[in-house]
Amino acid sequence: MVLPKFKIEKTGAPFWFRSLIPVFTLLITFVLTSGLILWGKVNPFQAYYYFLIAPLSSRVSFLEVLVKSTPLILTGISVTVAFTTGYYNIGAEGQLYAGALAAAWLGTVLGDLPVFVNIPIMLVGGFVAGMLWALLPAWLKVKWEVDEVVTTLLLNSVMMFLVSAILNGPWRDPASGWPQSPEIAISTQLPKLIPRSRLHFGFIIALVIVAVIWFVLTRTSFGLKLRAVGLGREGALFAGISTRQVMLIAALISGGIAGIAGYVEVAGIQYHLIGEISPGYGYTGIILATMGGLNAIGVMASAMFFGLIDTGAQTLSRALGVPVYLGEVTQATMLLVILGMFLLQGYRMRRAG
Amino acid sequence: MHVVEMTGITKRFGPVVANDQINFSLRQGEIQALLGENGAGKTTLMRILYGLYRCDEGEIRVRGQPANILSPRDAIKLGIGMVTQHFALVPPFTVAENVVMGFRDSLWLEGETIETDVLAAAERFGIQLDPGATVRYLSVGQKQRVEILKALYRNAQVLILDEPTAVLVPQEVEALFDILRKLKEEGISVVFISHKLNEVTEISDRVTVLRDGRVIATMDTPSTTPNQLARMMVGREAFGVTREGEKSSEKVVLRVENLCANDDQGIQVLKGVSFVVNAGEILGLAGVGGNGQKELAEVLCGVRQPSGGEVQVDQRDMSGSSAGEFTAAGIGRIPEDRYTGLIGSLTVAENTVLEHLNLFTRKGVLDKKAIRKHVEGLIDRFQIKARPADLTRTLSGGNLQKLLLARVLAYQPKVLIAPQPTRGLDVGATEYVHTQLLEQREAGAAVLLISEDLDEILALSDRIAVIYEGEIVGVLPGRAADVEKLGLMMSGMVKEKDNGASKVQN
Repeated sequence: MVLPKFKIEKTGAPFWFRSLIPVFTLLITFVLTSGLILWGKVNPFQAYYYFLIAPLSSRVSFLEVLVKSTPLILTGISVTVAFTTGYYNIGAEGQLYAGALAAAWLGTVLGDLPVFVNIPIMLVGGFVAGMLWALLPAWLKVKWEVDEVVTTLLLNSVMMFLVSAILNGPWRDPASGWPQSPEIAISTQLPKLIPRSRLHFGFIIALVIVAVIWFVLTRTSFGLKLRAVGLGREGALFAGISTRQVMLIAALISGGIAGIAGYVEVAGIQYHLIGEISPGYGYTGIILATMGGLNAIGVMASAMFFGLIDTGAQTLSRALGVPVYLGEVTQATMLLVILGMFLLQGYRMRRAG
Repeated sequence: MHVVEMTGITKRFGPVVANDQINFSLRQGEIQALLGENGAGKTTLMRILYGLYRCDEGEIRVRGQPANILSPRDAIKLGIGMVTQHFALVPPFTVAENVVMGFRDSLWLEGETIETDVLAAAERFGIQLDPGATVRYLSVGQKQRVEILKALYRNAQVLILDEPTAVLVPQEVEALFDILRKLKEEGISVVFISHKLNEVTEISDRVTVLRDGRVIATMDTPSTTPNQLARMMVGREAFGVTREGEKSSEKVVLRVENLCANDDQGIQVLKGVSFVVNAGEILGLAGVGGNGQKELAEVLCGVRQPSGGEVQVDQRDMSGSSAGEFTAAGIGRIPEDRYTGLIGSLTVAENTVLEHLNLFTRKGVLDKKAIRKHVEGLIDRFQIKARPADLTRTLSGGNLQKLLLARVLAYQPKVLIAPQPTRGLDVGATEYVHTQLLEQREAGAAVLLISEDLDEILALSDRIAVIYEGEIVGVLPGRAADVEKLGLMMSGMVKEKDNGASKVQN
């Protein structure tokens, strides 16, 4: 007597299924989390309304979604550039802080130049800082094949301690004694796009970068080289592409864009550098790049969705008086379900025996 | 009495029917050849028998009893063993350990006991092996003997050999055939999968010819002729191409001087290789796989840095040049592994222009129209069955090779490096590749053909060089070479330079 065996086969998901993925994701997440929400004595339907719909229904919270998604778009794009060429940059977090450091410094020394002179200077400053922080692991990778996952990840901790040392040492606020840098000059702050909201010019910068990277990756010969190296390093080498050079450039651009994320957070939101300027935007960027399928537009959409559920988690806890953790648990569950769906859509189960 | 009877076997892979209503039976103590081109369904049928695949329809009987073979474990229990081209041996273990591994259940293996045991088994079947030798240091032929012994030790009454001679030099083939004759005497039935006619006629008692997943015929081998078998195999009369005439251009285009290189482990595998290729000739480089051909091809393709020596094209030293500079100097290269040489997840169009990107770029932006026009032209000219926007990984091996040829030949190269250009291709695609190589010769290119297939080398080459353990052991004019002579040189027994004095193999 033989028990039926099942085997998992790799096949493409049918089209009708792919278009229903968001619906399935929502249903599964709802089922998984509603028990917990009920336990918190809240109606799950109501909770989900506040989670996903309420943030989009008022102007203030809708703008907040865009504010939240700005750094995520940038780190997502940063990781996308690196991953496209097969360079697994896990260091966007540290590179973001490098850009933030540069912005906080430039913001105190640039002074009285016009705003639209300061923006490009600060932008380049943030880019270069992130790039420099990405340089060492990238160089080790192309020169000695040192695993970039390890080096970029470890450099994140180094950067966190470096920022902490600077904030607790030379840059400690003389007035309050808080570990935060002096406020940057008003002329170096990013202007607001809409009065009485937090939405700032950094959002436009992020959109422009999405457009540029999308164009570079899909329409230029450099983009084709990046993809060729990422999809088949040997084949690319054989075709005469200098894979090391391509990888090095991609790693540096990736670090630079992460640095810009740090810049827009300092110059658009905080106006000074604090140790908690990023709640893991660099790491979230990895998830976004994967979810967006390394397509710049897809990554932007994922980042905005993240901005939405981030805002939604807060709206939920405020409106229904449940702990903010409930929102966070829902958010995390949804993420896992999305990633699972993305992975499993390529497979189906068949009876084998 | 039939040991194995397979009736109405059908196996589909998606839309492809690999086996279509196949009937196959094996008598006790016979050697039956399973003959057919690549993709004819030989291996699939035997994988079904060995439990690696399940058939969609059909029935298998072993010694008259219906058999439900779900895995190799079931097959082994029924006395069926299979030796594939890819050996499943543990290199740091000894021969004896490899043979008993997984069969004896005892936790602790006593070295000496199993060694005497394995030696006894080996002697019974006339297999020469040192049970105490470490598998890592064995030659390919010896490893194959270990695999055969492994199957026999598990009491195999039916032994399936999947293209066993593909990896062997002619002398080793003879040794293998001696073993097979001995097995026949012991009453063991052998299935011999091959597409080489001379071997099939030499060793088999009966032959079953497969074509496109169907059985064309099963016959007693003595009642057939190689020509008849060839016709049934390919389904038409003429096949094969040969070069015409001798051409003696003295213009050296490619010169390799004292070239040394290391493999990925840093072990020196090219030890001072020197040869020249003239304009308008094909130089065949023969040798058993793993004697430095792969590294030589990689150096000549610009993807491996040599540790010494020179590569010259038209008297220009190419040392330290990148693959791109090799292309620019007029060296057309086909990668040895067509699956890693092309990028499967890029489109046909993207792969085609990858080598000459600068010609299709305006101010950094890809000129999609020009690319499309170029690629459509090549698809037409080289009869590639693909559309420009198809992902390359969806192409068959033959079409991949056509694509690689098209990419290189679109810009008439001065030198063409072709390592193993027909490996794994069927007769039709092989013939196509051969024709293209000969056309390049006509066009005055210097062609270096690196191949393990002696028939191919003999059919195409103006001159033949033989590589053994990283050295060129001799260069012969194509006319003066035959299989016997090349075989001896390939196994390191004879060096042409020493005027036939034999060199003791260590």
